[in-house]
Amino acid sequence: MWKGRDVISIRDFSKKDIEHVLKTAEKLENELKEREALDYAKGKILATLFFEPSTRTRLSFESAMHRLGGNVIGFAEASTSSVKKGESLRDTIKTVEQYSDVIVIRHPKEGAARLAAEVAEIPVINAGDGSNQHPTQTLLDLYTIKKEFGKIDGLKIGLLGDLKYGRTVHSLSEALAFYDIELYLISPELLKMPRHIIEELREKGVKIYETSDLEKVIGELDLLYVTRIQKERFPDEQEYLKVKGSYVIDCALLARAKEGLKIMHPLPRVDEIHPEVDKSKHAIYFRQVFSGVPVRMALLGLTLGVVE
Amino acid sequence: MNELKVSAIKEGTVIDHIQAGKGLKVIEILKLNRTNGKTVLLAMNVQSKKLGRKDIVKVEGKFLSEEEVNKIALVAPKATVNIIKDFKVVEKFSVEIPSEIGGILKCANPNCISNSEYTTSKFYVISKEPLKVRCHYCERTMDEGDILSNL
Repeated sequence: MWKGRDVISIRDFSKKDIEHVLKTAEKLENELKEREALDYAKGKILATLFFEPSTRTRLSFESAMHRLGGNVIGFAEASTSSVKKGESLRDTIKTVEQYSDVIVIRHPKEGAARLAAEVAEIPVINAGDGSNQHPTQTLLDLYTIKKEFGKIDGLKIGLLGDLKYGRTVHSLSEALAFYDIELYLISPELLKMPRHIIEELREKGVKIYETSDLEKVIGELDLLYVTRIQKERFPDEQEYLKVKGSYVIDCALLARAKEGLKIMHPLPRVDEIHPEVDKSKHAIYFRQVFSGVPVRMALLGLTLGVVE
Repeated sequence: MNELKVSAIKEGTVIDHIQAGKGLKVIEILKLNRTNGKTVLLAMNVQSKKLGRKDIVKVEGKFLSEEEVNKIALVAPKATVNIIKDFKVVEKFSVEIPSEIGGILKCANPNCISNSEYTTSKFYVISKEPLKVRCHYCERTMDEGDILSNL
């Protein structure tokens, strides 16, 4: 069932699928504690096609493939590939699939990964398509929440920052809709969650509170998921400057939070979490980064058909 | 009888109750404007009790299937289709919005891959009343206004 499957959008996942990925990731993480590297993907090749820059997503996919005993080829920016000569995405994918067993793609256009999956015979994993989806980030976020809290149901979760352009919060909120949670959407007026996503979440029965006032709700939350205001998604720099630095999480603010509040961030951060917070018991964003490897190992192993 | 302003057809399909001004779009969507195709008659701004003004398209010698006609549901949701044999209406049906729409609609999101790469657009109808569709590629939702300006 998993062999040959594409991972494009959280929409394509059932709750059962999500739970299976999380369980597989946990199993692989435990195996890695006993041995440095595994050999499930021995002889297999992953192609990473990054048309947009990335540190964590690309490196953790590469690390995951190496840990599974496989090999990696690819490019880290479009300017070093034939795309610069005007090659279509369709032709790039048709070419790359001749060299590899699985493709990971990040692309600035929404829907690019879906198109790639239609063109390719081999599995395609979406590592971010414009402002649309970033399903592997979502799965590692859920893995982190489950690991930290032991559960997802019953939590009060705040999503903070750029809820308009941030693809991680779009995917994450869709996945959280499978669970019994309360969602606090905290953002400046200009960067509110798109109407169509809020409508869909409400239809699925998620309790949603929208506010621009973080201080008012900080004491309610079990988990605060912070995102960066993404300069590159603003058509106009003046608009960006209006909302830049809207929220800064620091220790003074956290004094008003619940004892057990955890703070996550998909990173990179700019100035939205003060470095003084890193040492606090609330900060779990670097542990969240670690989750990227076992979760991506699980996805690569499952789609390649080398892990059950 | 307004219909008689354009000659009655012996055999073929009459698409009636098209919103005034959308007749040409209907012809375009059904690809009836090919020079090697069947004879097509178009009446525009015909008086109608139901719609005030309406367009009518008659296609001679061709029986359009329900599936084909459903493609025009986005531009002419109130249209009725009459199948004519020997100058008589032998079958009559209303158009219905299909659950998937392929090809005829362009995605309203300029950053959608379907607007820059060679693809056939595809949309899922998520609500018929009010009409709302979701792009198969970029997953954005389009409402009636977006749909009409991107047909």
